[in-house]
Amino acid sequence: MSSLHPGFILFLVALGVALTRGHVRRLVLLAGPLLTLLAAWQLTPANGWSLALPQYQLQLLQVDALSHVFGLIFSLITCIGVLYAWHVSCAGEHIATLVYAGAALGVVFAGDWMTLFVFWELMAVASLFVIWNGGSNRSWSAGFRYLLVHIFGGSLLLCGILLYVAHDGDVNLQALTRAPQVPVAAFWLMLLGVAINAAIPPLHAWLTDTYPEASVTGSVFLSAFTTKTAVYVLIRLFPGAEILLWAGVIMALYGVVYAVLENDTRRLLAYHIISQVGYMVAAVGMGTPMAINGAVAHAFCHILYKALLFMGAGVVIVGTGKRKLTELGGIAQCMPLVVMLYMVGAFSISGVPLFNGFISKSMVISAAAQKHLPLPEILLTLASIGTFLSIGLKLPYFIFFGPDRGLRPRPRPRNMVVAMGLGALLCTALGVFPGWLYARLPFPVAYHPYTVDHVVSALQLLLGTGLGFWLLLSKLGGEPTVSTDTDWVYRKPLVPVCNAMIVTARRLGASLEQARTTLLRGLIPYVQNPFLAWTRLGPNWRVVTCPPALQAPADDLTYDENRYRLPIGVTVFWIVVFFASMALYTL
Amino acid sequence: MKRPWLIAAGAMMVALSVVLELVSRHQGHATFWWQSTPAFDLLYGFAGCIGIVLGSKWLGHVWLQRDENYYGDPKS
Repeated sequence: MSSLHPGFILFLVALGVALTRGHVRRLVLLAGPLLTLLAAWQLTPANGWSLALPQYQLQLLQVDALSHVFGLIFSLITCIGVLYAWHVSCAGEHIATLVYAGAALGVVFAGDWMTLFVFWELMAVASLFVIWNGGSNRSWSAGFRYLLVHIFGGSLLLCGILLYVAHDGDVNLQALTRAPQVPVAAFWLMLLGVAINAAIPPLHAWLTDTYPEASVTGSVFLSAFTTKTAVYVLIRLFPGAEILLWAGVIMALYGVVYAVLENDTRRLLAYHIISQVGYMVAAVGMGTPMAINGAVAHAFCHILYKALLFMGAGVVIVGTGKRKLTELGGIAQCMPLVVMLYMVGAFSISGVPLFNGFISKSMVISAAAQKHLPLPEILLTLASIGTFLSIGLKLPYFIFFGPDRGLRPRPRPRNMVVAMGLGALLCTALGVFPGWLYARLPFPVAYHPYTVDHVVSALQLLLGTGLGFWLLLSKLGGEPTVSTDTDWVYRKPLVPVCNAMIVTARRLGASLEQARTTLLRGLIPYVQNPFLAWTRLGPNWRVVTCPPALQAPADDLTYDENRYRLPIGVTVFWIVVFFASMALYTL
Repeated sequence: MKRPWLIAAGAMMVALSVVLELVSRHQGHATFWWQSTPAFDLLYGFAGCIGIVLGSKWLGHVWLQRDENYYGDPKS
């Protein structure tokens, strides 16, 4: 073993946060992520951590160019996110976010299937607690929906992994699209499992359902890790899978359409995570070195600008207590610095030259052109029009500049604005000096973003979009509605179906209980008095009433899931502890 | 948005970008015809924006959008 695993450092920092208070905790929160970033920075392909099991050799830390660049950005965004949440006094939220970030780093540096799966699931569990730290009833319910979807996705991935390892016998990660003789079922199960985390429609609704319900500090972390870890795994396992090209193009446009309809600021941003991840997924589907470079570069830039945008929305929510476009407006004068920093994020995601989205998004679109894919090229360009429309124009206009609703924002914690400033600085620095990022991409880069035709093309696209926005401004205001998405299936028709199944099962249970009670009622007299069988035959027959506890239950069949969660959860917890102890004992 | 300086700046940038495109059109390496058509991106940006707004709103109004309390979510 040599060097430190950045993910494990974050687990230790989480432990440190749990054990400390006040200023010491604040110091741990600042120093821990910086140490993680330093550890990630110093990693080289020569570093590795392995763990020998009886049958397998697990690779806990395996570094190559791809994992290194993802490790760097995950560590970097942890530093910025923790700074943004520095004022938060709830230790639970810090612990959840640090474990979540550590698990994401664990996935990125995993060298084998088992390690990948364990960190994948840890990420799902930790992110659930990040969502629940939103503290509202909405975040509680959304968290349970999130849990069900991710446990389902994780199970698919595990089934795929087990099928593959049983067939191949090799536990080391390798690209399934390039490996010989991959079982078809294993390929599709793993792809579906990862597609859920990548939020590929129609498997994406968990994202827009939950991210707006987390705390404003938690949603910054959520925007960074789960989908981008899935993109990393797609690059690692499925480069060149053609289905991903079209899935990505559909994603890019899908998010755009919903963002136009959305009224909730953070849900609008969440729809644009789906749209932006669409570029990365499409690039993975293209599979050429330039496209893979584009996917990695776009993931890197996206994490920075999306966190900045979520931070901006969070500052507005903290300041005003409002989260909907129909309730916001006219606050630009009260927070000019926040407006400016938000606009850096908005320009970055829109692909404005000199900001980081321009140097990565144009790479993906150019990769489509290089591979002679006219339809993906023109459709991804269309999605970038929608991005500028919603994030660069609609959102800032209706949050900051629109009709004045008399809102006077409260002062924001200074660390939130400093974190935004850091994010904005990095977005701009990468836009101006793309060479730093290009030098760290998995393949040698021969792409120049700042050519006259690229810059002119981007400017014209933005100007044309701006003109369209100006003409249709009256139509673009938020509407107090929700847009039904694919979660409609499990939030509407599936609810009565599940309830009917539960009620039927409970009715059956009640009938059996009734039958048992009747039987006992008949038997009790004979148990109390074994000679009754004799007397019953004679004239001394008497009726013995059964105790009240054995009376038939009242016909209360209404189902409340909250009533059963704690006992079932505690039972499951002890079962898991038992199996984990058994597993450790047999090692 | 009745700010004349904004409109003037936008118009100037449009003009500048078209001139730059015409001057440099032989330097780029166009793969598709639209990449070498002058002012295509300007028109595509405009038409795309109009199409996205009207198309999305139409879809929303006839199909996707529902009352805020559609799912019966708790208020807080």
